[in-house]
Amino acid sequence: MKWMKNLKTYVPPSFVVERDDYRCIRCKACVEQCSFDATFYDEDEDRVWNWDANCVGCDRCAAICPTEAITVRRADPTYRYNHNWNGHIDSIKKRAIFGGTPVVSMGNDRPYPIYWDHMLLNASQVTNPSIDPLREPMELKTFLGRKPDSLDISDDALKTKLAPQLELEIPIMFAAMSYGALSYNVIEALGRAAKEMGTYYNSGEGGLNKDHYKFKGNIIVQVASGRFGVHKDYLDVGSAIEIKIGQGAKPGIGGHLPGEKVSETISETRMMPQGSDALSPAPHHDVYSIEDLRQLIYALKEATEYKKPVAVKIACVHNVAAISSGIARAGADIIVLDGFKGGTGASPQVIRDNIGLPLEVSLAVVDERLRQEGIRQYVSIVASGGIRNSMDVVKAIALGADAVYIGTAALIAIGCTMCQQCHTGKCAWGISTQDPHLSKRVNPDISSKRLINLLEVWALEIKETMGAMGINSIESLRGNRLNLRGVGLNEKELEILGILPAGE
Amino acid sequence: MKIVKIKEDNCIFCHLCEVACVVEHSQSKDIIKAFKREERPIARCTVEFNYPISLSVMCRHCDDAPCIEACQNGSMHRDERGYVVVNEETCVGCWMCIMACPYGVIKRDTRREVWGLSTKCDACPERDIPACVDACPNEALIYEEL
Ligand code: SF4
Ligand code: SF4
Ligand code: SF4
Ligand code: SF4
Repeated sequence: MKWMKNLKTYVPPSFVVERDDYRCIRCKACVEQCSFDATFYDEDEDRVWNWDANCVGCDRCAAICPTEAITVRRADPTYRYNHNWNGHIDSIKKRAIFGGTPVVSMGNDRPYPIYWDHMLLNASQVTNPSIDPLREPMELKTFLGRKPDSLDISDDALKTKLAPQLELEIPIMFAAMSYGALSYNVIEALGRAAKEMGTYYNSGEGGLNKDHYKFKGNIIVQVASGRFGVHKDYLDVGSAIEIKIGQGAKPGIGGHLPGEKVSETISETRMMPQGSDALSPAPHHDVYSIEDLRQLIYALKEATEYKKPVAVKIACVHNVAAISSGIARAGADIIVLDGFKGGTGASPQVIRDNIGLPLEVSLAVVDERLRQEGIRQYVSIVASGGIRNSMDVVKAIALGADAVYIGTAALIAIGCTMCQQCHTGKCAWGISTQDPHLSKRVNPDISSKRLINLLEVWALEIKETMGAMGINSIESLRGNRLNLRGVGLNEKELEILGILPAGE
Repeated sequence: MKIVKIKEDNCIFCHLCEVACVVEHSQSKDIIKAFKREERPIARCTVEFNYPISLSVMCRHCDDAPCIEACQNGSMHRDERGYVVVNEETCVGCWMCIMACPYGVIKRDTRREVWGLSTKCDACPERDIPACVDACPNEALIYEEL
């Protein structure tokens, strides 16, 4: 054994790696693939061993083992059952032993209600016909941006001057995930898939590697509080600019790219020193009010000659409706609502797990508020944070979203197992790492195909459900809450979501 | 003629190409038996590593194969498919081919009783796609026309 356990730093392992020794042929693939130092080969014993305390449950070893010798299990808690305390004993111990607040990644993993799973969709029967998407045209095309109050069509021509719009073939885009948080190859795959599918990927707050300027036409560039990598060329490459005010996984705090991930190329792209933590401030220090936000929005519009829509992304928090109204009035063309289940590359655990609002609720109240105020046409709404499947997309659109962002789902498509170790920079799947050896594990040829498959399948599933509802254009589904019914929700929740209970 | 092309940018150093090669050249073609019950064949490919680079190297089946040139008795020859292979019956293990190969991809099998046997990639005559290419999880090996 390479290590010896020490009571002083002992916290029970979260996972147990079981290896069927008869099946194990000592090929050592698992040893090489484990980037968390949890698997090793002992030459004298001719055996492959695990140090369970280091295992993060990423499942890479089990996935690579050619003889299926490995099973990674969640360790059963050995403490006496205590509903109140069981989940907290280890987290107290970790803080007490190591000091410091634990940093985690991916989205909130606590068992809060998932409203998507409490909403059912409608279908046509007898009184109205359903549509077969394989036989009849179905429209998913979506335009994001400010819409005019009215249209002036005279002399067979449109006289109204339209604000710049983003044109999407499918109402699904890849959410902001920075180069830095993700490896170069992942960005390459996202870019290729966005291009192929006629949609957009978001650069995130880390700037844009020069190589990826080739995806011009399919990029939304982000301007966050750290302003990393923001310059004229960067803004010009974007089809839209997104001001990031907040992120669902960590409302109220800024970005954090741990120094381990600030490699040479990242430091160039971000315009900051190699190896130092990239910390973006909690607020934008030039945005302390809606008026300030308006100035930033117009500064960016001015810099890009009013040719691109400007989006403002906020984390869903208690006053999300009022804040969104302010953002719409400040001149934003798109509002991105990031729900509390949205992912992150690094966030303090307490923030990720306790702050924010569910996306479903926020979407419903924002759409409703903007309609009531007669300003819904000022902005498009993009729903983000915890969209897990095509039906979440349909329900989000029915609740009032114009389009959605997917982040975690896209990473899962290319291998991610949600082990929540993105902040360590050691991602065994090569996704959230800057280690040049680990990042080879994502082959952009394979990954872009997988992303394209995912989007194509989701698009088909969306069309199927629309067909079942007798709808042939996504426009007719937008904000169409009559196609939703709530199950297992109380009256207040139904009222807030603006949907009827099942049976009514 | 198709050969195995090596894409070093995608190699993840898992060694599964070597494992697949061993299995393909075993008697049973069963992964567990090949490794645990039988005399284990030598893998014809070798995964080289020098952080962060890794790549699997195996015979390039050269047009002007120096190993064929160097072989004293014609054991190293080109088969009807066009690949460079060893005649196991006649190889005497003089290792001249190993001296001549510019890629270092011929290995010595010294387990035979009298003569050694020079061992190298034979492009899997019993398969449509070589075993290593099939096994590579990251498409770092691809089987394509030259
Ligand atoms: S990958 Fe499987 S067969 Fe290979 S050493 Fe690990 S457990 Fe054994
Ligand atoms: S590869 Fe992942 S699952 Fe396997 S031992 Fe290492 S950390 Fe655990
Ligand atoms: S990106 Fe990598 S480190 Fe992050 S959760 Fe997924 S598999 Fe784990
Ligand atoms: S199987 Fe592929 S990725 Fe693995 S070591 Fe061989 S060439 Fe590299």
